[in-house]
This record gives sequence, structure tokens and C-alpha cells, in this order.
Amino acid sequence: MTVDSVTIALVGSGGAGAMTAGQMLLDAAANVGWYGLMSRSTGPQIRGGEAAALVRLSPTPVHGPGDRFDIIIAFDWQNVERFAAELPLSDKSVIITDPSQGEVPAVLAASGAKQVELPIKELAGRIPGGRVNMVGLGAVAAIVGLPRAGIDAVIQKALGKKGDAAIQASNAGIDAGSKEAAGWNLGLELAAPNKEGATRWNISGNEAAGLGALKGGVKFCAAYPITPATEILEWLAPNLAKTGGKLVQAEDELASIAMCLGASFSGVPSITATAGPGLSLMTECIGLGVASETPVVIVDVQRGGPSTGIPTKSEQSDLNIAVYGLHGDAPHLVVGPTSIGDCLFTTQWAVHLAEALQTPAIVLSDQAMGQSRAIVDKPADAPHKANRLLATDLGGEGKYLRYANTESGVSPAAIPGMPGGEHTADGLEHAENALPSSQASDHQKQLDKRLRKLTSYDYGDAWADVEGEGEIAVVTWGSATGPSREAVRRLEAAGTKARLVAIRLISPVQPAKLAAALDGVSKVLVVEQTHGAQFHKFLRGHYDLPGKVSVFSRPGPLPIRAREVHETLLSLI
Amino acid sequence: MDTHLTDDVVGPLPGDYKSDVKPIWCPGCGDYSVLAGITRAMATMGLERHDTVVVSGIGCSSRIPAYTSVYGYHTVHGRSLAVASGVKLARPELNVLIFGGDGDGFSIGGNHFLHACRRNVDMTYIVMDNQVYGMTKGQASPTTEADWCESKLTPEGPGVNPIQPVALALACGANFVARGFSNNPNEVARLIVEGVRHPGFSVIHILSPCVTFRPEQRNWKSTVHPYGREPTDDPNEAMRAVLEDDGFGLGIFLAGNRRPFQPESAATRSIAQIEEGFAV
Repeated sequence: MTVDSVTIALVGSGGAGAMTAGQMLLDAAANVGWYGLMSRSTGPQIRGGEAAALVRLSPTPVHGPGDRFDIIIAFDWQNVERFAAELPLSDKSVIITDPSQGEVPAVLAASGAKQVELPIKELAGRIPGGRVNMVGLGAVAAIVGLPRAGIDAVIQKALGKKGDAAIQASNAGIDAGSKEAAGWNLGLELAAPNKEGATRWNISGNEAAGLGALKGGVKFCAAYPITPATEILEWLAPNLAKTGGKLVQAEDELASIAMCLGASFSGVPSITATAGPGLSLMTECIGLGVASETPVVIVDVQRGGPSTGIPTKSEQSDLNIAVYGLHGDAPHLVVGPTSIGDCLFTTQWAVHLAEALQTPAIVLSDQAMGQSRAIVDKPADAPHKANRLLATDLGGEGKYLRYANTESGVSPAAIPGMPGGEHTADGLEHAENALPSSQASDHQKQLDKRLRKLTSYDYGDAWADVEGEGEIAVVTWGSATGPSREAVRRLEAAGTKARLVAIRLISPVQPAKLAAALDGVSKVLVVEQTHGAQFHKFLRGHYDLPGKVSVFSRPGPLPIRAREVHETLLSLI
Repeated sequence: MDTHLTDDVVGPLPGDYKSDVKPIWCPGCGDYSVLAGITRAMATMGLERHDTVVVSGIGCSSRIPAYTSVYGYHTVHGRSLAVASGVKLARPELNVLIFGGDGDGFSIGGNHFLHACRRNVDMTYIVMDNQVYGMTKGQASPTTEADWCESKLTPEGPGVNPIQPVALALACGANFVARGFSNNPNEVARLIVEGVRHPGFSVIHILSPCVTFRPEQRNWKSTVHPYGREPTDDPNEAMRAVLEDDGFGLGIFLAGNRRPFQPESAATRSIAQIEEGFAV
């Protein structure tokens, strides 16, 4: 008998190699044709302390974390109490523990999970250069039925440079763990992979966002490191250079966004990435981008807030600042990717929209997408490139009007190097000719123009992911989409039709499109990961929602699981 | 680009770099003369107007971009150096000048000043120092004396020592450091020309009186004096001389040899090649 999905936690304090083993497990699963998702659980201390690789594998695409862990393998129990809440278990779960590490902590044992002993340390100790994480990897591979060929390829790739001794030691460790686990018969063998179909990618949300920036045409990035956004910047640094762009480490977030505006003013599509505290610092300059009509993309990889909050864990609570954080009436773009793979499409789309509409675009990713790695079908490719409307008649008699009050609201831009287009871009309110003005009529005209260019633009079908049918609908966004999608599919599998609407274009709002998507719906469940139901209030403020509206909203850092959404939906039927 | 004045080639004139916008400055403001110095410098160098970008923050002096006829970006308080760095790093072929005041540069923008000096991007920063916040009606700035009691915000005086901009620039690693006085636009123009032509980040500190809130600064005419030494390329020597100076010495303190910061990049791979790295 096989299962459709298996969820595994590899647990150990820093240095035990839990992350490496988790990564190898995911890579090996990818090699043999399975799908998968790996998120990390670490404290804020970066090295040392608790660490867990949380892996879910399946023959079909994985949308979010599993309902509970089927397998926990612990290299040690150090600090496990700190994140036991992140390791939901049941009496169907299996805890693999090394007797030399002492008893299973009561907080986990209370689940009633089956316990299996594996002398991990002893087995590793018998092998010259042996490591506990390889023994653990071997055991897990045997339990889930992962073919050895998949692991061999990973070992060769990861350790090829270290030489034969390292490869032999790893192989011996894997063999030892595998041999012990082979006779356990835990009933957790994963269904056979379906190797047909699309090309698969192994990518994290942060890498996907970086790639989306490149594909969108970004050539400049100014960066200041912050968890959990740093990997976007680290990925872009070499890859921007390889494609003729530049990344500069700035002195702070204020400088990052300001440098991006300068680069963009000179005509070069620009991006920066940050997390909540950095976004707070950037808001003044984002307003400058709105007023001066300078395109720029800011990827905010949300983490638990407020203030420094929980840097290494996920939440969706930057929605309010992203939409409302700028002072004055400052319409701008806010988009949210709906999955790890979609971080590519949505970031690429954001570059295109920012350039087309000459305004800042905030991409609201989050830690759960950004720092998780998944095996996905090759992500969709947005058919868009940065394409700014440039002024063409600068040689004419009339003086160039940088902020011309056009019908579309988009004014043809002149950039340095274009003779005749000289003007001063300004954050002060200005007339069409770009000169500062405090006149009511100029203010009204420019406010109208800056709003009009956003509201009259045709965003097409990308405004949301819409699927399913029926009278009950889940409306969600961002990384809450994955578990919501899985919950809707479970409902459908049991015979109840349901819809999913995951809104990608948060701002400007699309009332007519949502009304069409929810036509005939009598019950709406809003799903989000905040304490204050920010998304629900946002929807209430800007949309008419049909029928009875319910809310599933809770803060991080624990991920929203499909089970929770599914149970809420069942309670509404 | 140099433009030589000959019989048959007429170079640009300072007026070619002025816009037709009337400055909002008070009568007698030192910034009028600085503006004259700026346009003279631009004419002397024959800068192409479309290849020149002036960036400013907020404050009286930061209004200058609107008064010139080149490309300009009037940004937000304190961020001009960061914005300008983005322009120059993204488009190295452009001429980039930054204008601002003592509050914009050394208070709200202090961190950017520090890092602009050490980063050494090839651009020129002209700070008009009047030791007061003029646009918000006369509060102490980071260069105001500790015992200046004329501000309602600090009626007993700011009580803290003023920053010495030239010493600060040297300490932070600026590659070209000079001081001028707005009363002499020709000398201001000369310093700007030298600063623009010198590779790396140039800081030109210009004493520019605010006669509205600091009428006593009219006396600067008799206070300033030539610094009296030749420019050096040794930051230590420049620093010693600056510390011996009374803050009113005019001239070029340092014309250093640091290499400007300008990351090079050339496309060596296609995005399709990069994407291949993600394929399983």
C-alpha cells in the first residue's frame, strides 16, 4: 500500500546536518520524478540552536505543508521544545529517535506517535568520516521508497568535488540507515512518481522572484540585507552581473530605494528587496516614486511583525503598510504571488506594470514562499518586459511636458541622454511642465492623472487565480493560497463544489472582476495569515462580497495548513 | 567635454544652463551667487545639457535643479546622494552633480554623506552651508554653533558642537575636498570645475549666508581668507591643515588618488542559460 503524500521533519541542532539532509532528500525526490516542498524552521540565531528541515513529498504538485508530520527523525532533541508547536503529530505519525540521545521529549511523545529506535550516532560512528545526517537520510529514503539512483545522483553532485572518500562515507551512512529501516514496514511508501509531463524545476520563492526580475528586464538593484529577503539579493548579485546589470550594496534601506529611484530616473529598470522593517523605512521614497512617476519594484518578503517581530517565520501582516503606508493620496501597485513558482511570474509582471505605468510596484511575498524550496512544474512565464513609454517629439517647438495630462494618465517620459527632454522630476506637487506648484488645480489634475493611469489600465486575467465552481468560495492571497487550494480540492473530492479566488493584483482593486468571479456564490470564506484580519478588512473596504462572509485569519508563525481551511469550510456547509 | 572659445566656435554661455524659473530665495541669499557659479562652471566645461543630471534633497539650496536647464531630480530630505549614486552607477556616462544644504547633507542625510565619501562614486557634491534651517524658518543645523540662541526650538542654543564638514569629508574618505564662498561666483565655478574633473567623489563646501535668519553672516565677507596652501593628494596632510584652519579658509584641501567606485558588468550569459540551473 502506498500514500499520496508524506511529510517529514529532520530535526537537529545546528551542525547536525538536518538542513543538508533535507535538501538532499528533496533533490533526490526531484530526480526520481516526485514533487516536493521544503521549508526551514530555524531560530533567529542563524547558526547553532534548533534547526529543522520540513519536507513534504508527493507524486503530484505540493501546494503547502502537510496537515501533520508522518515522520520525524531527530539527530538530537536539543531545544526541540522551542518549536514543538511547528511539528504537529498524531498517533499515525512515526518518531525515529536515537536511543543515545535520550527519551522522546514529552511534548512530542504525548501525541501517541509510534516510536522507532535507530542508533544513528552509533551507525555513523562505525563509518570513517560517517555523519549522522546521512544515516538519517538513508532511513527516510527506505521508509518512503525513494529509489537509490535518485540519491546517488545527489551525492555525486553535492560531494563530487570533495572526492571519493567523502562519497564513500556518505554512501555507507545511507546504506546503514537504509538497511535498518528496510524491515520496519511503516506503511509510508509514497506512490510511484509520474515522470511524464512538464519539465520540473527545483527553486525557492526568493530565487523565483530574482529570476522574475531578470526576465522582466531589471538591470539595477540596490540592496541591504534583511531576513527573509536576503536570498533574492544574493541570487541577483551574480546573475544580474552575468546579464549586464548591476547590484550595489547600499548603506541602509533608505539608500537602497533612493538608489533604485536614481537608476530608474536615468532609464534603467530597478528593483530592491526587503522585509517589513525595511519597507517601513522605504515608504517615504516610495511616495517620491509615486509623485515623480519613477518606476521601481520593491519585493517585500513578509515576516512576523510588528517591529523586528519574528524574522525567520512567515506572516501576511504587511498588507496594510503596503497598501496604505504612504502619506498623502499615493496610488501605487501592490501585487502578491500565489505560490513559490508564481514568485517568478508576479515579480516579472510587477516590473512590466511599474515601467508601463511609471510608478512603484510592491510585490508582497513572504517567508513561507521566499525561503521554501519546491519541486514544481516549470513556472509560467509572464509575456512581459519592462517597456517605458518614452517621449518622441522632443525636437518640436513646444516645450516638453514631463507630466502631461494625457488621457491614459501615462505621460511620455524623457530620460537623461535625450536632448530636448531636460526637466526636473519632482516629489513636490508640480504642473504638467514639472515645475513645483501648490495650486489647487495642478494638485487636482496630477492626483487625478496618477490615479487614472492605474485604474484605466487593462490588467487582463492575471489579476487573480480563479478555479473551481459552486456556491461556496475561498477568497485568499499570497502563500495562504496553497493550503486554500488543497482544502477546496478536498471538498470537491468529497462531492462538494467550491471555488478558489486568489487575488494577485491587490491594488488597484478590480471590483467588476471579483464580482464576476463570485457570481452565484452564497458563502465566502476569506483566508489569511494575520491577527487583525487585514485582508478581510481590505476586501470589505473595496469590494461587495456576496452572501455570508466568514473569515479564517490567524497570525504566524505556524503555517496555515489545508486541514484548518478544510475544517472551516466543512463547518460552513 | 571641453569647449574652446575660438573665432568660429561659440561655446555655451552660463545663461544656457539657467531655466526661466525665478528662485524662491530671499533677497540677499548667498545661493543666488552659488547658482551663478554653477552655471558658469557648466558653461566652462561645456557640459551637454541632456547628459547632465543634478540631484537635490529638500531645503532652500535643494531647489537649484528647477533653476537649471539640465536633467534634474528634486527628491526628499536627505536622500540626494543616494539617488545620485543610483544615477551614476546605472549610467556612468552621465555628469552627475548634487546640490543641498547643511541640514540635508549632514543631519537627515548624514549616513549617506558618510557612505558617499567612502564609496567614492565619480560625482560632485556642492553643499551650501548657512548654518541654519532656512526653509523651516530658522532652526539650528548640524553646523550651527552650540551657543546660537536665536531658534525657538533651542532657545538656550543647540548645546552641542557643530560638525566641521570639510574635516568630516576627509575623515570619511572623500577624494576631492574644497571650500568656497558664495560671494565669489568665479571662484565657486573654478572649484566646481576642478571637482567635476577630478575622478571620484568631490565635496565642495560653500559658505553661503542666510541673511534672513543669520544676518550676522554678512560679515563672512571679512572673515573668509585663502587657505593658503597648494592642494595635496595626501589625506593626512589635508586633515592636519584643515584642523589648523579656522573653518573659513578657502581653497582645495585634497585632490586624492582613490579609484572611483564603478562596478563593471558585461552580459556573458543569457537568461535561458541561467534558467537551466533550476531544471531537475
